[in-house]
Amino acid sequence: MLEYANPKRFMDLSGALLPWLGAVAALLLAVGLYLSFAAPPDYQQGDTVRIMFVHVPAAWIAMMAYGLMALASLVSLVNRHPLADVAAKSAAPFGALFTALALITGSLWGRPMWGTYWVWDARLTSFLILLFLYLGYIALWNAIEDETRAARACAILALVGVVNLPIIEFSVQWWSTLHQGESIVRAGGPLIAGVFLWPLFLMALGYTALFFTLLLLRMRTEILDRRVRTLALGRGR
Amino acid sequence: MSAWRALVMRDIRLATRAGGSAMLALAFFAAVAVLLPFGVGTDLKVLGRIAAGVLWVAAVLAALLALDRLFQADFEDGSLDLIALGPLPLEVVVLAKMTAHWLTTGLPLTILSPLMALLFGLEPRAYPALLASLAVGTLAISAIGGIGAGLTLSIRRGGLILPLLVLPLLSPAVIFGAGAVLAAIDGLPSAAMGLLAAFAFTAVVVSPFAAAAAVRLNLAG
Amino acid sequence: MLANFLAMGGYAAFVWPAYGVTALGLGAAVFLTLRGYARAKARLAQFTGETGSR
Repeated sequence: MLEYANPKRFMDLSGALLPWLGAVAALLLAVGLYLSFAAPPDYQQGDTVRIMFVHVPAAWIAMMAYGLMALASLVSLVNRHPLADVAAKSAAPFGALFTALALITGSLWGRPMWGTYWVWDARLTSFLILLFLYLGYIALWNAIEDETRAARACAILALVGVVNLPIIEFSVQWWSTLHQGESIVRAGGPLIAGVFLWPLFLMALGYTALFFTLLLLRMRTEILDRRVRTLALGRGR
Repeated sequence: MSAWRALVMRDIRLATRAGGSAMLALAFFAAVAVLLPFGVGTDLKVLGRIAAGVLWVAAVLAALLALDRLFQADFEDGSLDLIALGPLPLEVVVLAKMTAHWLTTGLPLTILSPLMALLFGLEPRAYPALLASLAVGTLAISAIGGIGAGLTLSIRRGGLILPLLVLPLLSPAVIFGAGAVLAAIDGLPSAAMGLLAAFAFTAVVVSPFAAAAAVRLNLAG
Repeated sequence: MLANFLAMGGYAAFVWPAYGVTALGLGAAVFLTLRGYARAKARLAQFTGETGSR
């Protein structure tokens, strides 16, 4: 348990980095937000194109977070580095949040175009499955009492999931072309005109900075909690 | 070879005794299939179209029912520790259990499916596809389900979390499996069966390692 | 001018909820994470304060 007690280097580094990262995130999001509303309405989609600026970044983070979780899980299984466990555990709830945001904003974006709030489009369906993968991961971690066992089990789950994800993507894509013709919602709509690139880019960067700010903060919280648990264990004797 | 056979036979015997998982899964499968028309209406044209999906989903759920006891029963009375210490590598042990599971749920479900399909008025020319897709697809269910069972074996009421873990991972099987039957209904050629076979093959090959790793971590410490 | 902005070309019912739910979700995440961290720090301080050692 001592290995969890004090990963000093990480705490020092993240402590120094966090205020800056948070400030950068806030700045990027503020500018991105302004540009999102300053951009002109799209020729085809009108003002709904602005939803793209909160939908696409959320989708990107949702996928990136899972990749991060999978990478951390691999390191955890191979290297047994306790920070890897903490990273994976901390990333999951945010990954789930961004997936949910991607789904809701995607649904709202699609409604004016398709007429319904939900379409079994390849992209939305894949994200729905991704959400369940996240929820299952979080549920498994909470269900196993021993923290180390939970970390290992979830690491296996994350790796099985990441291997399966491209297969799921492919199968959903295959299935949706069978039933609907080509995918309706592509990443940025039919074309991303230059005037939309800057808001999208800045919002994406801002989301990324925000994600890492939240991740590092949550990791610090987890590490502090582990210290408390270790100390409590010691005192219990 | 005889250690393998002993393990498979043992699991089969456990699953097929009274109150065992085999009968339960079959009964559940039939219950879902019979219940659905009450909810959907008896228009055979409609039922015939949805038969593939309904039977596939029912098969997955039924197989899942039998899964959470795959390792848990042996874990609880300590026999899993003993088996793990035995002559067979844990991966082989796990594969034996998955095989027994398939023999006692997947295979009987497949055999029962034409009867259920009759209730739905499935297009006759789709029957071979139904049988083939379920026979192959249930292999994937037993394999991937086994991973979930291994991960959740130490959770006392892991029964609820097991479907949550496994169902997303099985979505390709449902998509390709039902897709194969749908294509057969329309008489169209489809890659679905081949894709399903590839998926099932990969699942069967990879799952014993993931499941054994999961069992190992739950047995240790 | 403001009315035009709020109307979002007639798509107000979609654009504003999208931004709204995003603000809500991200805001909640920030708030809960900060609060969780503060609580963890407080708990640890309690422990090390009580035992009087590190």
